Amino acid sequence: MKNGLLLDAGSGGQASRRLISECFFRHFANPLLERMDDAARLEELRSPIAISTDAYTVTPLFFPGGSIGTLAVHGTVNDVAMLGARPQYLSCAFVLEEGLSLELLDRVVADMARAAEKAEVLIVTGDTKVVPRGACDKMFITTTGVGGIFADPAPSGHNARPGDAVLVSGAVGDHGLTIMGSRENLSFLTDVSSDSAPLNKMIAAVIERAGPVHVLRDPTRGGLATTLNEIAEQSGVSLVLEETNIPVHNSVQSGCACLGLDPLYLANEGKCICILPADRAEAALAAMRDFPCGAEAARIGAVTPAEKKPRVILKTRIGGSRILSMPEGIPLPRIC
Amino acid sequence: MFTEPAFQDPKLCRTLLARLNHVLDGRALRFMEVCGTHTVAIFQSGLATLLPPFITHLSGPGCPVCVTHDTEIALILDLAGREDVILATFGDMLRVPGPDGKSLKHARAEGARIEIVYSPLDAVNLADKNPDAVVVFPGIGFETTAPTVAAALLTARQKKLNNFSVLSLHKLVPPALRALLADTPNSEAHIDAFLLPGHVSTVIGLAPYGFLAEQHHVPAVVGGFEAGDILLALCLMGEQLRDNKPTVRNAYPRAVNDSGNPRARALMEQVFMPVDALWRGMGNIPESGLALRPEYADMDAAKRFQTTLVEYPPPKGCRCGDVLKGRISPPACPLFDKKCTPASPVGPCMVSTEGSCAAWHKYAEHE
Repeated sequence: MKNGLLLDAGSGGQASRRLISECFFRHFANPLLERMDDAARLEELRSPIAISTDAYTVTPLFFPGGSIGTLAVHGTVNDVAMLGARPQYLSCAFVLEEGLSLELLDRVVADMARAAEKAEVLIVTGDTKVVPRGACDKMFITTTGVGGIFADPAPSGHNARPGDAVLVSGAVGDHGLTIMGSRENLSFLTDVSSDSAPLNKMIAAVIERAGPVHVLRDPTRGGLATTLNEIAEQSGVSLVLEETNIPVHNSVQSGCACLGLDPLYLANEGKCICILPADRAEAALAAMRDFPCGAEAARIGAVTPAEKKPRVILKTRIGGSRILSMPEGIPLPRIC
Repeated sequence: MFTEPAFQDPKLCRTLLARLNHVLDGRALRFMEVCGTHTVAIFQSGLATLLPPFITHLSGPGCPVCVTHDTEIALILDLAGREDVILATFGDMLRVPGPDGKSLKHARAEGARIEIVYSPLDAVNLADKNPDAVVVFPGIGFETTAPTVAAALLTARQKKLNNFSVLSLHKLVPPALRALLADTPNSEAHIDAFLLPGHVSTVIGLAPYGFLAEQHHVPAVVGGFEAGDILLALCLMGEQLRDNKPTVRNAYPRAVNDSGNPRARALMEQVFMPVDALWRGMGNIPESGLALRPEYADMDAAKRFQTTLVEYPPPKGCRCGDVLKGRISPPACPLFDKKCTPASPVGPCMVSTEGSCAAWHKYAEHE
């Protein structure tokens, strides 16, 4: 076992100190972290404050377009941003498996540092535990993000109103299919990669240029269809989408066709849904398209009053319609 | 980067729909498809909402998970629970409940080693990497899947792996169609025409369906899976009905060769032999399944683990059988959307994403 992590590294003693300084401090370097107090003191937060936490357990740790490290930063940054907030600080907790390759850990931490730098957030406090072999799968990371809410009124899943436009910031399904592909070594999925990206700067630009928006959500697990269903239910409205306008990359479309999956139900890690009054839709789209992560932004539908009960309805390419319902559990590829 | 699928072209579909209306001229058409991918495609494309009211879509026994008998599911669960077994399965088997309501998901949570694979060859690799365990691959599926399972088995033999085995529960489509037409007082299901499965037909070709037209005078058309493909197949059915000239036609020539794929069939025949098989809701159908030939007994999980089939009665109130035979549509089942939902499925038609009950639940307007 060359360069494998020992249980000692989580002991709190010298071995822990070495791991912290040689790995975490080296990559995350900033004065708030380096004080090494029990907690970080944050001076620049203005209330109201958005806070969000998320645990990351993805397998494999590295995949085309990102890693558990980029997800741990982008995922939490995006969750905070969806409240109309500017994410500023992150905390992170690592659960590491005994025997984990230190080189692997270093790569993940370097990815986190780069992602944090790009998103302009500081990692200011953290924790490391090492658990016996088999007690976790290589590594789990939990991050918590905080930031001041600048949007007034702040967006919420409850605020969609009939007449609003529904926008998505880019093509959907890439991340979900990439993870499935790299987990299973699906050789025919050559042209897909995760969309893992921080959305905070794009969100700030959208709100600055298009004014306050009614709803912002990032369609991660469960994909676009699931998140839209949640919004419809929270707001008590129906959402009518045009299939032709929903961006899905060709590679994702064909990969999904092979596996019997629906890209609208696959996870995204760098996309947001934005619902706002229709007259400001174009301004919001223009703002999104100024960013690489929003280059393929599109207006995909409209909010209508709920008849009987809130629904998400898809007008299909050939002019028919179908319901986009809440999925049951994880999408599983079919037999033939 | 974003191209429109050619066979979902709105203009093409409108043209075909007009042709269909013209051909049928108000004549009722009850057609049955026997492929889960067709079931889903008809709903997913929105075609279900565009077909004229005098066309009725029936989903027959075409979803491999749905037609797998309770007894067979129990067998898979039994093997999954054995020590030293790694059960390598396609993902959609995971949620299917056995006779006691427990599925492979439960078995996995209780410690069974269950791996999702995307191809039978993945299961062979799994055996290669885990010499301490016996990999059992439940061979579920129709003529589309059987040749790949045969190929995997031959690969395992070539690699001299003695820890790879197949539980062959494969089913054959033509005998089921024969049983449907024989068993059904055709007044009850009343099938005017068959939309034949595109994937299965790439292997078996058109000949095995000949009896549909010759003996039963039912038009049958092989169709692809885009809205345009399905509409074209419906037009051809309509023309045969109008002209009273039932025959077997291929409306999916870009994928299906009229004579099928002889190489795939040869592989299948080398490894498997036809046997009677149990179908959910349809019971025993002669010569409708595939078992491993005696030469491959060492890789036959049923023989290796000396399994015995235990008969279980179907779940109480579940009418999957009537759904599969086209006698009722899913909402007519008393359990549909009440006791039986995708969250807690009673019958397998609700479990598999390609099952007709699950498709109705997911896509169709209902309260």
